[in-house]
Amino acid sequence: MANFLARRFLSSLVSVLGATVAIFVLIQFHSDPRELFIPDSGYGITQEQWEALGTRMGLDEPLWKQYLNWIGNTLRGDLGVSLARDRAVLDLIKGKIGATVQLAIGGWIFAIMLGIPMGVLAAVKRGTFWDYFGRGLAIVGQAAPPFVTALVAIWFFAVWLDILPAGGRSPDFNWKEYILPCMALGWGAAASLMRLTRSSMLEVLDSEYIRLARAKGVAWNWVIYKHALRNALIAPVTSALLVFSGWLNGALVVEIVFSWPGIGYDALFRAVNDNDFPLLLGTVFIFILIYLVFATIADIAYTLIDPRVRLGSSAE
Amino acid sequence: MTTSETQEEVQHVDSSVLDAPLNPVKVDRSFLGKIWYVLRRYPVIPLIVLAILVIAAAVGPSIAPYERDIGPIGDRHLGMFKYSELAIEDQDAPKYSAWPAGFHLFGSDHIGRDVFTRVLHGARISMQVVLVSLVLGMFIGVSLGMISGYYGGITDEVITRFVDIWYAMPFLMVALIVVLIFGRGLTVLLFVLALVAWAGFVRVIRAQVLVLKEMDYVAAARVNGASDFRILFKHLLPGILNTAIVVGTLNTSGLILSESVLSFVGAGIQPPTPAWGVMTNEGRDYLSIAAHQVLVPSAAIFMVVISLNFLGDWLRDRLDPRLRQLE
Repeated sequence: MANFLARRFLSSLVSVLGATVAIFVLIQFHSDPRELFIPDSGYGITQEQWEALGTRMGLDEPLWKQYLNWIGNTLRGDLGVSLARDRAVLDLIKGKIGATVQLAIGGWIFAIMLGIPMGVLAAVKRGTFWDYFGRGLAIVGQAAPPFVTALVAIWFFAVWLDILPAGGRSPDFNWKEYILPCMALGWGAAASLMRLTRSSMLEVLDSEYIRLARAKGVAWNWVIYKHALRNALIAPVTSALLVFSGWLNGALVVEIVFSWPGIGYDALFRAVNDNDFPLLLGTVFIFILIYLVFATIADIAYTLIDPRVRLGSSAE
Repeated sequence: MTTSETQEEVQHVDSSVLDAPLNPVKVDRSFLGKIWYVLRRYPVIPLIVLAILVIAAAVGPSIAPYERDIGPIGDRHLGMFKYSELAIEDQDAPKYSAWPAGFHLFGSDHIGRDVFTRVLHGARISMQVVLVSLVLGMFIGVSLGMISGYYGGITDEVITRFVDIWYAMPFLMVALIVVLIFGRGLTVLLFVLALVAWAGFVRVIRAQVLVLKEMDYVAAARVNGASDFRILFKHLLPGILNTAIVVGTLNTSGLILSESVLSFVGAGIQPPTPAWGVMTNEGRDYLSIAAHQVLVPSAAIFMVVISLNFLGDWLRDRLDPRLRQLE
């Protein structure tokens, strides 16, 4: 376990360093961030102002030193100040991430509530209507890009039936606003969870110990819920964890369609558009951190549920 | 003694099975039953959809009835299968007279452009973008996978780690950053999509090469003095081509999805060029008055992706069933 965690930590460190260095270098190809401060109209800025800005933002130092400065500050919990909005990056991210987390949790619940029971049903009633129905849902869910699901959901529920709001998130909690975004987000994942649950459930139902349980006269329902489900859920549970971490990063499309003030839309998208490099670096850093933490948790959860898996081998 | 006897028996049974008529069980199917059987066994419907796509991409733009980027503003938000009143005054005439004057098969969009025309143009754009980036990504992915599997050691370690890191990145984030740093353009988009495609090949190809390079014929080639380059291209490449094609087909739908998502977000194809993602994005403000602007291009994306998924699954089962575990 300790060995595994140490290896994981090292490779995570490499990932974080690699990604941030890559972005640091890429940003140099882009226009100078100081251009953000030139007013659109008027006389521009003088050479002195330009250089003063450079000193303030630390741009006059060599690239490697800028990067080391950034790493040092980050380790001290200071992600810098957003250029476009003149606020601490960490505060900006903290302010936005709540909405994204809520969205991701809602989507997750939707995906699990739809995907896993449908998968079990399709496997247990293999070859019947329920099997075809579930597989049909899965195929549809995997073929529709998120914006299509989102827009069709809006069209159906908000325009046609007119029973749910089409987007936005008001300051006070309103459960109706959550239904469509969470559905749109969770739909694709529900499809893949359902496929995964179905195939692993079929595999388990085909195994010797299930036949033994049947042979000694255990009731079918009991076999399914007590014996089969437990083993069949290993793969879906771990994949669901990774899906969740992916959403903390990748809910961008759904956030755009539903004007959801989350981290993807309000931090990443706008940082890229504004060439706001401290905000961009900070968001990317947080994203990768979230992913790595969840990937590690998923691996550990895997061993806890399934004693046959050893951590060393799954880290390969 | 006994073992050889049983073996002979087994062989005997085998040959009798082989001599038997190929399809001894004759199932009587009704006419509809026969159709259902063929549809289930072969990807007929997906092939029809993809054939339509290919035809639309090849000749669509030249047979499209209206102008691509301009339309009479008086015609905006015209519903599906509607005739335009403007045609009488000759303001909304199709490009050729065979097309019923003022008829808009899929309606018109928010500035009066014909949606059918734009969908046809969009088919060509999707095909071009996806084919080029797939070939590019396949080239990068297969080369890296072969190098990594064949040479092993530190090269292998570096490439595998890099692929791992790559998988840890959220795709949309990488794509946005690359696109917005290098500018929004077709070449950049192709490059970004190739970046999406390549990683899927590396692991599979590497695993395949690891097996193949231990084979006797490769050793024989080396004894005969073949260079690494010759072994890789002459002896290993043919063995992994099937796998590469299957992975490629399975990846194509993902590429179409990525392309449409990027165009939708505004980081892909730029308006007024009518990629399907762009059309969906332009139409989304008018969902309440003219939903077809969103539904038509969405349906096009959906049909193509679902067909590619079916075709990919079928090809995989035919060419390389081992890949089934990869899902």
